[in-house]
Amino acid sequence: MFKKIMALMAVGVLATACGGGSETTAEGGAPASGGGDSTITMGFAQVGAESGWRTANTKSVQESAKAAGIDLKFSDAQQKQENQIKAIRSYIQQKVDVIAFSPVVESGWDTVLQEAKAANIPVILTDRAVDSADKTLYKTFLGSDFVEEGKKAGQWLVEQYASETGDVNIVELQGTTGSAPANDRKAGFAEVIGADPKFKVIASQSGDFTRAKGKEVMDAFLKANPDIDVLYAHNDDMGLGAIEAIEGAGKVPGKDIKIITVDAVKDGMQALADGKINYIVECSPLLGPQLMDLAKKVLAGETVPERVVTEETTFTQEQAKQALPTRQY
Amino acid sequence: MKRLAWPAGILAALLLVNLIFTDHFFQIEIKDGHLYGSLIDIFRFGAPLILVALGMTLVIATKGIDLSVGSVVAIAGAMACLQISTLPSQDSIGGVLGAIGIALGLAVALGIGNGFLVAIVGIQPIIATLILMVAGRGLAQLITDGQIITINSAPYKLVGGGYWLTLPFGIIIVAVVLALIAFVTRRLALGLLIESVGGNAEASRLSGIRARGLLIVVYAFCALCAGIAGLMISSNVSSADGNNAGLWIELDAILAVVIGGTSLAGGRFSLGGTVLGALIIQTLTTTIYSIGVPPETTLLFKALVVTIVCLLQSPAFRAKVFRSRRKPAPPTVPAGEKVTVRT
Repeated sequence: MFKKIMALMAVGVLATACGGGSETTAEGGAPASGGGDSTITMGFAQVGAESGWRTANTKSVQESAKAAGIDLKFSDAQQKQENQIKAIRSYIQQKVDVIAFSPVVESGWDTVLQEAKAANIPVILTDRAVDSADKTLYKTFLGSDFVEEGKKAGQWLVEQYASETGDVNIVELQGTTGSAPANDRKAGFAEVIGADPKFKVIASQSGDFTRAKGKEVMDAFLKANPDIDVLYAHNDDMGLGAIEAIEGAGKVPGKDIKIITVDAVKDGMQALADGKINYIVECSPLLGPQLMDLAKKVLAGETVPERVVTEETTFTQEQAKQALPTRQY
Repeated sequence: MKRLAWPAGILAALLLVNLIFTDHFFQIEIKDGHLYGSLIDIFRFGAPLILVALGMTLVIATKGIDLSVGSVVAIAGAMACLQISTLPSQDSIGGVLGAIGIALGLAVALGIGNGFLVAIVGIQPIIATLILMVAGRGLAQLITDGQIITINSAPYKLVGGGYWLTLPFGIIIVAVVLALIAFVTRRLALGLLIESVGGNAEASRLSGIRARGLLIVVYAFCALCAGIAGLMISSNVSSADGNNAGLWIELDAILAVVIGGTSLAGGRFSLGGTVLGALIIQTLTTTIYSIGVPPETTLLFKALVVTIVCLLQSPAFRAKVFRSRRKPAPPTVPAGEKVTVRT
């Protein structure tokens, strides 16, 4: 008897993990324009809800699906690849029109993408890429270009210090070691500032994308290097932590030490408007509208580019003051 | 005291590395009316780890282990920040104290839950606390709604990021907690009782010690320490991050306890050793940032140092390696473990 109960419970747990339990269906509004009599159904397998950025991303996809009249089937993989694969398989069985997902990790997707291809369901990648050699497994990849973000940060710095003749001492707070945004933001930044030998990165450590680590590492930087001119942080949160460390050292963030960050979340924008950060490169999670647009084009048989970059901008202190009241995340 | 010689020596060696490679490492100055310098940073950022490790020491002394401390850190920080963010004035001292009370109360309740599973239900400690380790982080994210809660409260800032009489407030909290634990375990009989439960819970019960109640108290106290550490960590950056606060701190705490010479087999513990162990870990972290070890090799560097530390701590290893250079010494038995059989 006990064994039977356990078996039943195990089945229950599996069913929930499949995404069946956490699936929600957004109500379709007006019928899709190009789709004739039936509405488009999209299966979206999200990574999880690990950060504010991700939550904003989810909300954007759900809201723009509703606005575009696309019937959205949504699943949350809780940062686990096997959950995502199960969700995609269930979308294939349900015969959705198009599948979109943000891969948790880069590798291991070939089999399930083959299944989708065999079932003639187009796949769109969002936010993160996969490393499959076979590019026909997916239609397009929509997401931020992290290298470009690093370059934008570097370009602002080069412009700001164009008339400077002495050395510019830069410290860098990297994201989680080995993650794509950390690698690419570092590479893009280094490429731009590398052209001029006066820009010197005197210290570069990982702050794990968190405020606490950002503060701790910056505190150590400040002790070991007495004259730091510029801080480049791979996200806002580490920059915010570093601001506290700089203030603790009796210096003025934004003046004594210029700060450049990436992301443009609300707390970061607030600090930018307050003059504590000097420049933020946006990494937008609001890629829902572009995703719906791409899905419609793919289904209408139009050719779409292999790589679509999210529409993103940059913010100075003045622009932050204007943008802040309407900031969604 | 002799047992502390090795961890103390290792800490001294790490500091020596900094003396050679980092300028101004030992420089301490007064800035804005408080002490400022790398050594102060080690204490300031090490304070939460010392607290968690002290609670862990008592749990390990009972032959248990508490994997859930990292989650409790996140929950306490999230709860306190959530409460403070709803206050009409975030600077009201009463409101902040209330928030701290609720957060610590929740932490203690979670600790009692752990103790209940271990002492009454009889689940192995590693499994019992694993439940809260996994579920707790979810709970913390539920409290923060998956977002980072940012607050702006001067009284709360004092807990982990403030200064009192030029000293970082966190160090003062650690000193008070350490003095309290040292008093009740070394001046009163509690330490002996904990050690006897760790040595043999059943024999202790038969000899009249209320082992179950004691276990629950120890787990509750460990969670309280983790809760205070959680307040410090969130206060230090004026925000609560349910996903990342205290991530993997349980492993650092266990490491600190072990480096400090407390046996995972239970029955014996060293508070001084644990404090030294935690300081070694934090000094190592600060050293990595100061001398500029590339982030890609940081983990390897840490692993190497920890391996060396553990090998040096092992009497068997020392006997083997140093035998060729010195006179062959008989395997040393610590004085406390000598058993005399009277006939």
